[in-house]
Amino acid sequence: MKKRKFGLALSMFLAAGTILGACGSDDADTSDSGEGGNSGEESGGDFTVSMVTDVGGVDDKSFNQSAWEGLVAFGDENGLKEGTDGYNYFQSASDADYVTNINTAVRNDFDLVFGIGFLLQEAIEQVAAQQTDTNFAIVDSVGKGDNVASITFKEHEGSFLVGVAAGLQTKTDKIGFVGGVESDLINKFAAGFKAGVEAVNPDAVVDIKFAGSFGDAARGQQMAAAMYGAGNDIIYHAAGGTGNGVFTEAKNLKKQDPEREVYVIGVDRDQAEEGALSADGKDYNVTLTSMVKRVDVAVQDISKRAMDGDFPGGEVIEYGIEEEGISIAETQDNLSQEILDEVADYEQKILDGEIEVPSTLE
Amino acid sequence: MFNRVQKILIPVISVILGLIIGAIVMIISGFNPLEGYSALLKGAVGDSFYLGETIRQITPYIFAGLAVAFAFRTGLFNIGVEGQLLVGWIASVWVGLAFDLPKVIHLPMSILAGAAAGALWAFVPGILKARFRVHEVIVTIMMNYIALHLVNHLVRYVISDQQNTTERVPETASLKSPFLETLTEFSTMHFGIFLALAGAIIFWLILEKTTAGFELRSVGFNQHASEYAGMNVNRNIVFSMVISGAFAGLGGAMEGLGTFGYAFIHSAFSGVGFDGIAVALLGGNVAIGVVLAAALFGILKQGALIMPIESGVPTELVEIVIAIIIFFVASSYIIAYVLQRFKKGAK
Repeated sequence: MKKRKFGLALSMFLAAGTILGACGSDDADTSDSGEGGNSGEESGGDFTVSMVTDVGGVDDKSFNQSAWEGLVAFGDENGLKEGTDGYNYFQSASDADYVTNINTAVRNDFDLVFGIGFLLQEAIEQVAAQQTDTNFAIVDSVGKGDNVASITFKEHEGSFLVGVAAGLQTKTDKIGFVGGVESDLINKFAAGFKAGVEAVNPDAVVDIKFAGSFGDAARGQQMAAAMYGAGNDIIYHAAGGTGNGVFTEAKNLKKQDPEREVYVIGVDRDQAEEGALSADGKDYNVTLTSMVKRVDVAVQDISKRAMDGDFPGGEVIEYGIEEEGISIAETQDNLSQEILDEVADYEQKILDGEIEVPSTLE
Repeated sequence: MFNRVQKILIPVISVILGLIIGAIVMIISGFNPLEGYSALLKGAVGDSFYLGETIRQITPYIFAGLAVAFAFRTGLFNIGVEGQLLVGWIASVWVGLAFDLPKVIHLPMSILAGAAAGALWAFVPGILKARFRVHEVIVTIMMNYIALHLVNHLVRYVISDQQNTTERVPETASLKSPFLETLTEFSTMHFGIFLALAGAIIFWLILEKTTAGFELRSVGFNQHASEYAGMNVNRNIVFSMVISGAFAGLGGAMEGLGTFGYAFIHSAFSGVGFDGIAVALLGGNVAIGVVLAAALFGILKQGALIMPIESGVPTELVEIVIAIIIFFVASSYIIAYVLQRFKKGAK
């Protein structure tokens, strides 16, 4: 008897599922027309370009997203549509997908394929050697091959500028740095930052630590807690998703004690929105400033050159302050005018070549 | 509790239900499920390039699935396949780079180094379980993190000179096959798949055809009864973990010597080891089941990469389908119950 009741309940559940499923498909019809409008198949030109993300994906709030925004802007400018005959992206779910995705892009006849992030360097080199008719570009690394353009940034220059800001802002003369994975790339951030702090505040100590991951927010929060606890009042993070934990910890501290001065320096994008919070009815922001790396500018620039038949194959192109590939964030509410003037001063000195910012930790 | 037919039916029904619910999700989010699935199938087996990539993807899944299944048959939950795979990966590449030998010696030696490293990594939780009854789930999870960071350190400071990747292993230690690559239009397919299938046969032989395998299974069924029957339970626990780890290490060697040909700094886990748990579960912890489940996972994961560009369906949908399949396998009792009702109804 009991069993039969259960059977009845189960069949009712399944029936309900079917009916609900049918409801769902009604909704789908309306949303379908909207969706269809987006993916029109008309082509705006015969140049096509695509990018392969690393495991972060195009919504990582960091350089993959920035690169995709660059491609979208390039497409809009030149009347290209998203799709196989315009511009597109391939998302990698794991490291093993890089070669597959790059090859798939080549097989879909894209003229130019971007590999976003130094993790894709080996994969780009490997495919570029096999597929010599396609042009490739690698971001944040230097790749071999005549059909490979290497896009790098002078992160140390931007890091130097935010280092100047941090060195002038700090009250405790203790400043933290949280890096993602220890590598040549992240060392550039650390080296520039340290040099910037030391240029304006020789007494300040920069504590450089690495999380060992770009995607571990919990670890970032833990490290930030230890650093703020040890008296550091500013932390610069170059750690992607791990850095989100640094923001969380800073915001928690600020919430507990709005008088306390704790700051985070953001990376890659203007991360002011990441640092916003309200405590006791007042709005605060823990983001001191951000080191902005314009991957989108670089992607647009290289795409444009490739379309115009001027693809810089085999070359290494460095985007720095001068090339507008590196800058300090537009949101500057937390910085006083004196600090901003000082930062502008040093920016000019870097542009004039008066200061050579180191790119490696000695 | 379940008979033989049900053991086969339950995973099959789970897969079908997973695909159906995936189709419903596609309809709700405004995509055509037929287009989506045909794009997925095309991306997995549509032409020789995609087929090559799919087979390459299946290879580590088979090893990871075998590793989880082997421990599970002895009643152990090896969550540490991910870590064992990583140490197997680095060990095989290290041996590949460190020696200069003819291929007949060098390649087997590199592969065996991977297996040995994985076995060693699994020996630790095995001995802790056998000696001190420390739960293997906790230890293996912890060992995953130790493996990840140790491997990153080795890549950066020991094997390479502060680089993000090691050198490529020389041809004498490589599983890469120019023949298979040309056959599949430059896919990353390598010889590993044959080793994986051989591994599945060895798995079956050990468990079903040897006394040692009988003891292992017996311990998995009932530790106390096995002990009463005169078996050494502790030794079997350690033995089971070691073999399981060796399978995982081999999976890592396939990635290190075949798919990539080098080791690199991992910013996060590759996920293959964790997917191995799902593969073993879906495959019912038997050799042939693991191979079939790995094939399904390989097809889904590989097809998922192509699905967005062909049909606009986002790759995440495949994750949903996989999750639903695992849900139904895990709650197999529901399916078994429904099957029973149907049978009774027919009578």
